[in-house]
Amino acid sequence: MAATAGQPQADGAHRAELSASIEGIGFWAHGLPTWDAARACVAGAALPEGTPARPSPQLLAPNERRRAPESVAVALEVALAACSAAGRDPATLPSVFASVHGDLAITDYMCATLAVDPQAISPTRFHNSVHNAAAGYWTIGAGCVQPATAVSSFDATFAQGLLEALVQLQAGAPAVLLVAYDAPSAGPLSEVSRSAGLLGAALVLSQAPAAGRARIRCTLRDTQAPVPGGPLAALAGENAMAPMLPLFTALASGDDLACLHAGPGRALRVEISHA
Amino acid sequence: MPPLAISAYTATTALGRGREAQADALRARRGGLRRNDFADAALDTWIGRVDGLEQAPLPEHFARWECRNNRLAWLALQQDGLLDAIAGVRERFGAERVALVLGTSTASIGETEAAYAGLERDADGRSRFAPGMRRPIVHTPHSLGDFVQHATGLRGPCVTVATACSSSAKVFAQAARLIAAGVADAALVGGVDTLCGSVLYGFNSLGLVSTQACRPFDVARDGLSLGEAGGFALLERSTARKGRDHGALQLRGYGESSDAHHMSTPHPEGLGARLAMADALARAGIDAAQVGYLNLHGTATPANDAVEARAVSALFPDTLHASSTKGWTGHTLGAAGIVESIFALIALQDGLLPGMLNSSAADPACGPQIRFDNVDRVITHAMNNSFGFGGNNCSLVFGRSA
Repeated sequence: MAATAGQPQADGAHRAELSASIEGIGFWAHGLPTWDAARACVAGAALPEGTPARPSPQLLAPNERRRAPESVAVALEVALAACSAAGRDPATLPSVFASVHGDLAITDYMCATLAVDPQAISPTRFHNSVHNAAAGYWTIGAGCVQPATAVSSFDATFAQGLLEALVQLQAGAPAVLLVAYDAPSAGPLSEVSRSAGLLGAALVLSQAPAAGRARIRCTLRDTQAPVPGGPLAALAGENAMAPMLPLFTALASGDDLACLHAGPGRALRVEISHA
Repeated sequence: MPPLAISAYTATTALGRGREAQADALRARRGGLRRNDFADAALDTWIGRVDGLEQAPLPEHFARWECRNNRLAWLALQQDGLLDAIAGVRERFGAERVALVLGTSTASIGETEAAYAGLERDADGRSRFAPGMRRPIVHTPHSLGDFVQHATGLRGPCVTVATACSSSAKVFAQAARLIAAGVADAALVGGVDTLCGSVLYGFNSLGLVSTQACRPFDVARDGLSLGEAGGFALLERSTARKGRDHGALQLRGYGESSDAHHMSTPHPEGLGARLAMADALARAGIDAAQVGYLNLHGTATPANDAVEARAVSALFPDTLHASSTKGWTGHTLGAAGIVESIFALIALQDGLLPGMLNSSAADPACGPQIRFDNVDRVITHAMNNSFGFGGNNCSLVFGRSA
């Protein structure tokens, strides 16, 4: 049975429609360091040459840019790009950070160090190991006192993060920042917790319809989402956040429908009205 | 916000299994902390350990999720008739209309630590997890959410919130939004965190762990005691419980904020804490003076308690009874939000307002709201604060229906 939006419930409670305008998009993958590059890739263009090996998020001070964990770097890069595209001040936006694993290289470091010399744990790596590290650096860098959350739902992480962003709009937030990212796995963990390459994307979503902006309408369904395909999946399909790619492929190509894995036997159907 | 009915709740901590064990220990001022005897027990500190987890493996059909954290989740779920209450909402609303929003800080990273401690070398000399440890789900933050989803058969939105020590307070806010938006009619919220090397040695590396049982708001406090716990609450749209709600417990408000200050140190003026508390009061539509009990984050680190006391005295009248219960349970990290929300619910239901355990000399910097002794008093509203690394803050307001 579908949890269809927009229809009254038996007991009279209203089921609101989950919809939003997309005000801004950020994207980063190896070889595709911007949303424009990702759109060109979906349209069939060759990959740009000489792209950076890792993002250099301008929100951080130069020394922090180099020191930041890769997961934090990619999250902050796409978050700022989405805010810029939306023309929104990052300090004004509540945020939802969605990541399947957080930073697997730090998990590998923590577990490897604990196995040989637990007293040697680095305090900085420890506080960077929290799942909300990127959210923390973002709010600190942006001077943002708005709520920030960090969620995970295994291979359904993106759909569940999108759902939380949409219900925040329903609860009255004028606009919400959604940031999704995962980093490469490392060490013995990499055989079990699989994730390759660095991938991030961000959306600034707003409640009100806006001229020139695509609009999405989402419903949870009892169905299986197809395995992501297309040029973005060919490039970044080994990253743990790859289940988000069908939405970005559709946004880039002008398709009006994307189906996102939302849990066992569940999918989030996203209808897109392009601007 | 429209109030949400809390139709069932439970907690399992170092104080014991289930609600009554918590209430009894609070009333008797009997703490659950002990000298560190966990794993290598090398750190000189005190811990709030849940007894019996080593002897309580998951049932065979849950073998995929086997780990200390999910054992504690399973143990906690079996207390206070919670599984029956979950079955009830699953029947009433349909499994796909019940959301599952759980909080954890470290999930089952203890299992990943164990995998690294027991690595095997293959023919090529590569280090590999032992075969029994090659279970991807227990090595992700969603280990808890995935386990509880399968153990309860719920099919609504299912997500793990991992914002360090505010995680299982924020689950109430997220569940309230899912219900308000019509995505779900009810939600199982909660959180579980278990002792592991990462948190013991991690907090030790930051110099935040005391060698004594923690002393929240004591002038000589010198750090936290780590603990483990699991807890759950069932939230339902109040209109869905027509005629059965008189005097029933309710979630009345939530407030969330960011400090925008530092990854592991609170804002010196408690900016984020004040924003979260004020937002929760506003959403509940009540004045600060209507709050009868506030369960503080109160970790017993010098910084947290000073900042939190300042934020409380800026918002609340002197008559407020506010305390940290971490002297009983230790800091249960990602489970602190749910455990201390349940202590707030016990305060509402039983009129049992806990004071502080282990603390004896009040910090003169703290206001008169900070109370060391237990008090018996009927109250109408209770609050809980949970603050986490990254400057992540959440406050909750609970009340009773008219």
